[in-house]
Amino acid sequence: MQQKLDRLKESPSQTAGPYVHIGCTPNFTGIHGIYDEDLGTRIINDKTKGERITIRGRVFDGTGTPLRDALIEIWHADANGIYPSPEDKRGEADPNFRGWGRSPGDMETGEFVFETIKPGVAPFKDGRPMAPHVTFWVVARGINIGLQTRMYFSDEKAANEADPILQRIEHKVRIPTLIAEKTGDGEYRFDIRLQGDGETIFFDI
Amino acid sequence: MADKDAHNGAFYQRDREWHPPAYAPIYKTSVKRSPNAALISLDNTISEITGPVFGHNMIGEYDNDLIQNYAKAGELPIGQRIIVHGRVLDEDRRPVPGALLEFWQANAGGRYRHKKETYLAPLDPNFGGCGRTITAEDGSYRLRTIKPGPYPWPNGVNDWRPAHIHFSVFGHGFAQRLITQMYFEGDPLIWICPIVKTIPSKEAIESLIAPIDMENTIPMDARAYKFDIVLRGRRSTMFENRMEGN
Ligand SMILES: [Fe+3]
Repeated sequence: MQQKLDRLKESPSQTAGPYVHIGCTPNFTGIHGIYDEDLGTRIINDKTKGERITIRGRVFDGTGTPLRDALIEIWHADANGIYPSPEDKRGEADPNFRGWGRSPGDMETGEFVFETIKPGVAPFKDGRPMAPHVTFWVVARGINIGLQTRMYFSDEKAANEADPILQRIEHKVRIPTLIAEKTGDGEYRFDIRLQGDGETIFFDI
Repeated sequence: MADKDAHNGAFYQRDREWHPPAYAPIYKTSVKRSPNAALISLDNTISEITGPVFGHNMIGEYDNDLIQNYAKAGELPIGQRIIVHGRVLDEDRRPVPGALLEFWQANAGGRYRHKKETYLAPLDPNFGGCGRTITAEDGSYRLRTIKPGPYPWPNGVNDWRPAHIHFSVFGHGFAQRLITQMYFEGDPLIWICPIVKTIPSKEAIESLIAPIDMENTIPMDARAYKFDIVLRGRRSTMFENRMEGN
């Protein structure tokens, strides 16, 4: 017999369950005194460079009902397209930019809100520019493995058309599910549909 | 650190047959919360290879001690005192240092501290039910808690969750993001739980069951369980496709 690859298997995912907020945003659930502040609350501060934007949205199930027990996380580049991560070897990101945000959504409406800056352009693997985008990760009760998607901006039409990821999506009719609608000055709405009509594109990345 | 730098490429493709499928009717809530369309495969870009960094300095002294982090002065939560420890590794058995682990659980009676929780088991005034830690250079971590109780939940009319601790894990790249649950060796409820059963294979389920670890038990104080967590490994970039001469 040949040698063995001797690799481990990734730990299997399990649903975040109905009480994910106890672990990830305890202050939001009313558990105070353990952490000063819930992680992921602030992505930017007064000194962060870039155009201020607000992203709002809700997550809908296959019946059109908004989820009120989801946890939504986002990750995106700074105004120059650099990620605040040692894995990004292209340069130093804005020291006043966190890049990562987490929202439990509103307890009644399920609406999530992120106050951040519009990301710059980061390169695809072959060097072509990717349109400004925000990576989303959604977990909740009933979601067995976290769902990954991307949000693009409706006011970046030319960049979106040249985006190497959007270009390779076969069913063009689904691309609008990845594009946040500009609803006002610096205001964007990005609703996520888990299933059925207008189902958001999710990625296996 | 040549070795470290060599393995900074895309993460290995996730084995979707090893993980639970999105649609698993035995777990009823998944029926309307699972995408119908196939996921679109995307080799990692810089947006997925990167991820936020969490520094050890953000962790408070009692963040990994659920026995003390919510208890009133001079009081303790009720229940079996346990230590959970292990390592976070990648699929190539390399340790993952600096990984943020967040964990949450029910109290000894199986009750969560949450407004929407309706189980009649009482809250424990000295138990909050959440904690966090960051892995050391060798990928190791340790926490102290009370063994959670099993609890009933609305799915079938008589479904019970085995005792478990929820874990949220941040590795080095956003593509490694993972939430899972740890179960306890010997619990008969594991094998009849619909959420556990969403995992397709016995082998995969067993990889979430922590064995008792008597060598790390503190005599007359707390038993220990060992729970290793495996995150996606990553490709070497040493001979990645790039324009020749660049
Ligand atoms: Fe639970």
